[in-house]
Amino acid sequence: MAAPVKTTVDNPTSTVRNLTIGKALNLGLRAAMEADDKVIVMGEDVGKLGGVFRITDGLQKDFGEQRVLDTPLAESGIIGTAVGLAVRGFRPVCEIQFEGFIFPGFDQISSQLAKLHYRTQGEIKVPVVIRVPFGGGIGAVEHHSESPESLFAHIAGLRVVSCSNAVDAYWMIQQAIRCDDPVLLFEPKRLYHSAAAKADVDTAASPDPLFASRVVREGSAATLVAYGPSVKVCLDAAAAAREEGTSLEVIDLRTLSPLDLEPVFESVRRTGRLITVSEAQPESSITSEIAARVQQECFFSLEAPVLRVTGFDTPYPPAKLEEHFLPDLDRVLHAVDRALAW
Amino acid sequence: MSSPEQWTRPEPGAGPAATAAQPSPEQVIAGLRATAEGGAELTQLLTPEGERQPSRFDPYLADIDDAALRGLYRDMVLVRRADRECNAMQRQGQLGIWVPLLGQEAAQVGSGRALKPQDMAFPSYREHGVAYTRGVDFRELLGIFRCTDHSAWDFREHGFHPYTIVIGNQVLNATGYAMGQKFEGKVGNTDPDGKPSDTDEATIVYFGDGATSQGDVHEGFVWAAVYDAPVVFFCQNNQWAISEPTERQSRLPLYQRARGYGFPGIRVDGNDVLACLAVTRWALDECRHGNGPVLIEAFTYRMDAHTTTDDPTRYRLSDEIEVWKHKDPIERVRVQLARTGAADQEFFDQVQADADAFAAELRDYCFNMPDPPPERIFSAVYAEPSSALDAQREEYLAYLSGFADGGEQ
Repeated sequence: MAAPVKTTVDNPTSTVRNLTIGKALNLGLRAAMEADDKVIVMGEDVGKLGGVFRITDGLQKDFGEQRVLDTPLAESGIIGTAVGLAVRGFRPVCEIQFEGFIFPGFDQISSQLAKLHYRTQGEIKVPVVIRVPFGGGIGAVEHHSESPESLFAHIAGLRVVSCSNAVDAYWMIQQAIRCDDPVLLFEPKRLYHSAAAKADVDTAASPDPLFASRVVREGSAATLVAYGPSVKVCLDAAAAAREEGTSLEVIDLRTLSPLDLEPVFESVRRTGRLITVSEAQPESSITSEIAARVQQECFFSLEAPVLRVTGFDTPYPPAKLEEHFLPDLDRVLHAVDRALAW
Repeated sequence: MSSPEQWTRPEPGAGPAATAAQPSPEQVIAGLRATAEGGAELTQLLTPEGERQPSRFDPYLADIDDAALRGLYRDMVLVRRADRECNAMQRQGQLGIWVPLLGQEAAQVGSGRALKPQDMAFPSYREHGVAYTRGVDFRELLGIFRCTDHSAWDFREHGFHPYTIVIGNQVLNATGYAMGQKFEGKVGNTDPDGKPSDTDEATIVYFGDGATSQGDVHEGFVWAAVYDAPVVFFCQNNQWAISEPTERQSRLPLYQRARGYGFPGIRVDGNDVLACLAVTRWALDECRHGNGPVLIEAFTYRMDAHTTTDDPTRYRLSDEIEVWKHKDPIERVRVQLARTGAADQEFFDQVQADADAFAAELRDYCFNMPDPPPERIFSAVYAEPSSALDAQREEYLAYLSGFADGGEQ
């Protein structure tokens, strides 16, 4: 289940704080930098400005310009030098301003970051974290609302994760930094500062494993699987369905590569129905992979085909049309109705 | 490479067609001359005729006595002999591909011998001579070209990073590594005489003339400049990027580009092992002092193909090769050693015998290299375990074991 929403206690000794995803990431980064002086934050505008989304706000002031690097404006340079810093023994955390700008760095990610460990049979570790704000719903211009995570999940040697809530945001960034593998953290930018996505984060708690999916709402009629911003859509859909008497299970995938599908298989064996939800284009996507694997593992349990609620196989449209492109509560419930009617 | 001043300018109003026309015979000759001569700015300490030239870099050769020069000669002969053996083994089907370094022995041995143990070298894929100077067992290079592994040597022990095959990637990786050296305070620790501390570090990164067109090389220059990274950019301009001449990469001599980034650039005779050694030592010292980066353009020539898949007769003039044969990096040292009496025929014969033995060892090793076992496919993809990958391995090995021979290839 999701971390239960607690009431924040006005107690100065309490380790529980009510945080947005953005603030949770900021505190998580701060904790990681305090714990290990080899952690370096680097990217465009991450220092004085605190990042275009202010996720790194205040870090340069407290940790200095050598640990929070305002870099020149070139993504291959950011990632390529981060690889070299990691070879040297640092643990760089790169910020890419928007997911649509990651592609100049794609070569370094796929050719060096993902392969150095394999190339050297483990002699070189490249513990680089790349933070990628992703997804739509902020009414932005082109290149600012995309969901390219499947492209990176397809690259062997990378680990790809996505957070959907403040509790995970706080822990996942720290776990990703501690991980000896390169990790891409896809962050749901439209939820960064959302009051609706705030949660109580217990900074003294023990986090769930990083590379594990999690059932965030139990149910019996069908299973919804999502990650990042789509988890909230699914939870809202499940709440609405409950009012109509339909019990939906919701799984937050959390880890996109490697996929942790055992909880999904277990769920589908009980519910017999699966709907996957993602903003990404459907063809050759993470949701394609889930559909393939579920039919392989749960063939005799399925009462209906696996259905997908996604963006379309188009470039991201002008933002005045994004409400049609992005999966919303109604499209999810429509898919649930189709699955139940099979 | 011709300089801009040598180009024929179109008449005003002639239009773009004039600039796209074929070069005039004068331009071809000017280009050939510039390609072979390197221009007035070339730093040269040992002429093609084997004569020592005084130079401001002489203080960097204070320790190079007769024995040391014989050592450099021996290095180059062994490296060339090994290179020729590998080229032959590729032709015999024992290596999948080979990347010849013929003609570039001085650039690689000279610069490689300038490094201290604590320095780190980031090679491209032709730096077999640098690998040799870093103590990498030449046999360990063979796995890459026989396709049994991607990189077998211990990079920390040798201060020699794995080969990088994507053009220019390593320039950024090296720059990041050098930034780390600086962040750790490993530069600028001068002793009371103002000399760099024995423990101060620098990084050197190797790339070719073709790589200078890549964005990563440009970005490496930018990063190194703004972070004062202790990195020596060692460009081996061997005149050809497969079939593309340096004129396809730049309107300016490559070393002059450094000025635009705000650090020194210098052109050294890449066929002169003493010049390469001295200038690289100077550049590394600059880095150790905290004055880096530095760009060195080693002006040299690739005497063989780009790789064994290449056919240079399709794109370059045989005259060009004839000119460069007179600039051979090994021959000029031999002449110097003989002229000064620093070596006799017995020495030269012994080096040749050592080189032949070295090549024979390589051949034996290569012929007997086993193929890796199939589980190697799945090995060390991640630093942390992956149960999904473990399952793929187990499933495939179980499938293989179902064959009568247990999956033996």
